[in-house]
Amino acid sequence: MTEAGASAREWPLWEVFVRARRGLSHGHVGSLHAPDAAMALRNARDLYTRRQEGVSIWVVPAEAISASSPDEKDAFFDPAADKVYRHPTFYSVPDGVEHL
Amino acid sequence: MYGDHSGTPEQVWSHDAYADDGDADFLALIQADGRVEPRDAMPNAYRASLVRQIAQHAHSEIIGMQPEGNWISRAPSLKRKAILMAKVQDEAGHGLYLYAAAETLGVDRSELLDKLHTGRHKYSSIFNYPTLTWADMGAIGWLVDGAAIVNQVPITRCSYGPYARAMVRICKEESFHQRQGFEILHTLSNGSPAQHAMAQDAVDRWWWPSLMMFGPPDDASPNSERSMRWGIKRFSNDELRQRFVDMTVPQAQALGLTLPDPELAYDDTTGHWRTGAIDFTELFEVIAGNGPCNAARMAHRRGAHERGQWVRDAAAAYADKHRSATATGAVA
Ligand SMILES: [Fe+2]
Ligand SMILES: [Fe+2]
Repeated sequence: MTEAGASAREWPLWEVFVRARRGLSHGHVGSLHAPDAAMALRNARDLYTRRQEGVSIWVVPAEAISASSPDEKDAFFDPAADKVYRHPTFYSVPDGVEHL
Repeated sequence: MYGDHSGTPEQVWSHDAYADDGDADFLALIQADGRVEPRDAMPNAYRASLVRQIAQHAHSEIIGMQPEGNWISRAPSLKRKAILMAKVQDEAGHGLYLYAAAETLGVDRSELLDKLHTGRHKYSSIFNYPTLTWADMGAIGWLVDGAAIVNQVPITRCSYGPYARAMVRICKEESFHQRQGFEILHTLSNGSPAQHAMAQDAVDRWWWPSLMMFGPPDDASPNSERSMRWGIKRFSNDELRQRFVDMTVPQAQALGLTLPDPELAYDDTTGHWRTGAIDFTELFEVIAGNGPCNAARMAHRRGAHERGQWVRDAAAAYADKHRSATATGAVA
């Protein structure tokens, strides 16, 4: 059974990103525990690419990720909400004008 | 805190908040069939109920490695052995995806394993039956993985994002599991009379337990209603069981094997296959710990965990040593 000491030493958590094939960026696929980066990569290969789902893997310590807060999501993303002119559909183009 | 892993463990097991059904934002999201993500506010009971369900699911995946692991060394050919190893390895992977999904709710994997090892968490009762012959590998793949697929496909649309995403990955892998089982039985069924009898015997033993994998009948399933309301569950136990029966009966015919239910009959008016009454007293006995293999499964699981301790310690010590060497500028 897990003693207090052993569970306190649980391996750190890593987030795993996989490039599915050349030409695509790495995408988040999940997470895993591993004692260090080398083992995290090996575990990620065994866990997330058993069927050739990737050609490249990144592992990132979960604690190294800074995330925006869901509580302030409205305020945080608000500045983009009233800027419809950033989209091409905002502009009217006279009939017959092409390639614009 | 960080990324997806910032739940609040102290909230998870507190019971006083169980009456809490969620604030307006949460309910609006659920009603719009949106997805809840790890750092969103959610009712404690929603969090606790997901932790329980995902953990039980994860435990089932890893305990489920045992009945099949039992036959790896005795598979009848190198091909079958390689296939069975790949399947058992997949089940380990399924357990890990699910433990990771549970951890996004603020619990630690070690804590969940501890609950499994001390009997405070359950796993699927189907894995408390013994695997007596090679044909059981066929029956498990075809019926047990088949039932698991029917249960799991709707969870790919579960309201909790990480659980749904884990399930997408799992379901993709499960279809190979079911097919390899079907193929084992098909080969045996069309083999010698002794092989055919072995296949039939396995189906005879696994049919009823696989129907019980869908849980108690709807009128005896107290937690279902709330899980449905929260978008954790999409169909009732009986609906899923019926779906499985309707899919499986024609497959049994294709195998040339009979299902051990003299009352099984096609209902012309509804277009469904009707089974005889399911003896749920057996299920409840197995859940209560009195199944044929409960004690053996738990002893094996605990033993494997204890025997692996030195490996976990050694890997941690190696990582520590390496880290301090790097910190002091030494080149390894
Ligand atoms: Fe599985
Ligand atoms: Fe499976």
